[in-house]
Amino acid sequence: MTDTVKSRIKELIAEQAMLEPDQISDEATPEELGIDSLGLVESIFAIEEEFDITIPFNANEPEKSEFDISTMGTIIAAVERLVAEKAA
Amino acid sequence: MSAKRTGKKKTEESRTVKSFDPLTPDGLRRVVITGAGTINALGHDVATTLEAFREARCGITQLDFRDVERLSIQIGAQIHDWRPESYFNRQQILLYDKFTQFTLLAAKQAVGQAGLNFQGKLGLRAGVVLGTAGGGLNTWDDNYRAVYEEGKNRVHPFVVPKLMNNAAASHVSMEFGLRGPSFTVATACASSNHAMGLAFQMIRSGAAQVMLTGGSEAMLCFGGVKAWEGLRVMSKDACRPFSANRNGMVQGEGAGVFVFEDYESAHTRGADILAEVVGFAMSSDAQDIVMPSAQGAERAISGALSDAGLNPEQIGYINAHGTGTAANDKTECAAVAHAFGHHADRLMISSTKSMHGHLIGGTGAVELLACIMALRDGVVAPTIGYQEPDPECALDVVPNEARDAQVDAVLSNAFAFGGLNAVIALRRV
Repeated sequence: MTDTVKSRIKELIAEQAMLEPDQISDEATPEELGIDSLGLVESIFAIEEEFDITIPFNANEPEKSEFDISTMGTIIAAVERLVAEKAA
Repeated sequence: MSAKRTGKKKTEESRTVKSFDPLTPDGLRRVVITGAGTINALGHDVATTLEAFREARCGITQLDFRDVERLSIQIGAQIHDWRPESYFNRQQILLYDKFTQFTLLAAKQAVGQAGLNFQGKLGLRAGVVLGTAGGGLNTWDDNYRAVYEEGKNRVHPFVVPKLMNNAAASHVSMEFGLRGPSFTVATACASSNHAMGLAFQMIRSGAAQVMLTGGSEAMLCFGGVKAWEGLRVMSKDACRPFSANRNGMVQGEGAGVFVFEDYESAHTRGADILAEVVGFAMSSDAQDIVMPSAQGAERAISGALSDAGLNPEQIGYINAHGTGTAANDKTECAAVAHAFGHHADRLMISSTKSMHGHLIGGTGAVELLACIMALRDGVVAPTIGYQEPDPECALDVVPNEARDAQVDAVLSNAFAFGGLNAVIALRRV
């Protein structure tokens, strides 16, 4: 399941960043991918819709959010956790 | 004899002369405010609202309307005790969306205070320009619900005349017989400031003698708040502008309406003058649909000063846009710091949105009341909810308590989504 979640997130982010999914590395930050604040909010919405989850994210204090958006890797890990919690 | 008629350029000194002169040094008509009205979460009239400003009262509460439990944001500066039947008959209530009801109530207060009668010739020289962003949003919400959720196939015949953005302005014109320039401005959070600025310009240019102006918003319904949730800029607990721990904006609702009047006519009839409107400037960031630009804001601030013929040092107070979002507050402080230089550290700047919430298209109108209070009563409204200094907002934000101060000139800032900025300058008369 994990691989599916990861590859689907990369597809969604790639679409937002206008890149190919294999160009999205785990280390990349949203800024490095050219995703601005509105693009980030849009990506989070797309991920929520895809996995039917609610992501706790306030654009005013991203650093305080339980949802770590610093890199693609942290985003993927956080989504995987939320998807697992939902399944449990 | 006016400068225009004599062809003489008046000296700088004459700008500070208090004696009556119907024209500005540039030969334009002077514009004063002779009436004010409001309803918002802090009060159903101006006196109660100003008392709340002085007492640093917060109007933000748990929201109460249908389906609120399905919202992730459940706070707002809502007018809880609104009973339209106290002000309007059954037929009027059927025809007036809440944003129109709020507007009419505020307009009646303002006209009552001004003591004007628009029958006859004055009505032809009087108009109304109002701001709103959502217009009859409750009407949209109720009727979409009826046809989509409840599966109804018929809606009330008044849906369109109720929801249209110009409904409030039109009903004000009909209520008072204002037959001059009348329309509605929709520039999101700057709507009211744009409206009031245009009203000011129309009187200053001689296109009108009296303008009713301001704005209103009634967006606190399921659809209105749900839409805002999507942007993830709303706070779940409080509006704390300029505070380092701020976490977003909080919506409000209500209206503010003013009577702007040609100074000569107000003076001739012995009207009580609340303040003089001396300058207005607009700018567009032309940059981003949601992220503000300090340069765009600064151009509107400096433009308003220049339009007013005021030096930066003459401004004692700024009513900030101060939404309580991370982006607005630091950008606005940077713009003020840059526009005012050293004087930025001496002036006061507060965000009354911490008390009445963000009235979106109506916000500038309610905020102008704080400007009038500073000029007329010598009391500066505070920024409440202020808890932690933010180095990126290192100005005197009048934290948590109102302050007594003599203020001679003020600015009111509004910076809208879409990068549309509108700043008004007022002066004590």
